[in-house]
Amino acid sequence: MSELLPLDLAFAAVADPTRRAILARLARGEATVMELAEPFDMTQPAVSQHLRVLEDAGLVVSRIEGAKRPRRLAKAGIDAMDQWLAMLRKALEKNYDRLDEVLATMGRNTEQKRKGEPQ
Amino acid sequence: MSKLILKTEGDTHVIVTRHFAAPPEAVYRAHTEPELVQKWMLGPEGWTMPVCINEAKPGGKIRYEWAHPQRGSFYLTGEFLALEPYSRIVHVERMHLPDPTPDNHVETRFVPENNGTFMTMRMILPDAQTRAAMLASNMEHGMEASYVRLEDRLKSGLARTGAA
Repeated sequence: MSELLPLDLAFAAVADPTRRAILARLARGEATVMELAEPFDMTQPAVSQHLRVLEDAGLVVSRIEGAKRPRRLAKAGIDAMDQWLAMLRKALEKNYDRLDEVLATMGRNTEQKRKGEPQ
Repeated sequence: MSKLILKTEGDTHVIVTRHFAAPPEAVYRAHTEPELVQKWMLGPEGWTMPVCINEAKPGGKIRYEWAHPQRGSFYLTGEFLALEPYSRIVHVERMHLPDPTPDNHVETRFVPENNGTFMTMRMILPDAQTRAAMLASNMEHGMEASYVRLEDRLKSGLARTGAA
């Protein structure tokens, strides 16, 4: 792959359990690097590294508040992933709606065969 | 109307469940008889399945080829590992895009439920990265037909929430 699209970056970013845990924590509200490092038993540079991946993937944004840079979920990036999952669901739904029709036809054929059987 | 449930479990599983208004025997046959599979396993609008090989026996081969007038074609190969008529199918599959994707291990179960069948399809990918890639690539193929619907969804979503 020559170029990573935003969604590729997003799915690659959430393939890591620590980053998913960070997202889960941020889903409860804004947090600083220090607050994020604490429950994960990780150094702040390690957390910062994960946050950079999440920021590059468009899933996390920061703002500046004095010396602190609290992070929060980037709604647009998260919504984009949701929409892609919704698309997969749609493709599968399409398949299974067609399968419903196939099954209905099979049922009718079986009935006809039964009715057509000599008494 | 949306009876399908799609969820991820742990790092490597994807689980799909759905109810069908037909007995397990019919649903099982629709998953294992090529002339039936060809009628429904087509993904988004516009795709057809000109080749469907489905040797429904342990060790039997699977080959599905899809084609689209504008978007070209791709295919999937696989092998059946276990079949229990009419309750369980276990197989492995991989897509060729054209490079093969890592093996997807799939167990599909059919259980009688309310005069019909409850299906549980469990896909097990080798690792979290592969699952992410599989979800992404399947979505890519689901994308075409979904664009229009997505636009509608976004429009109605925006209208409903009034958000930008």
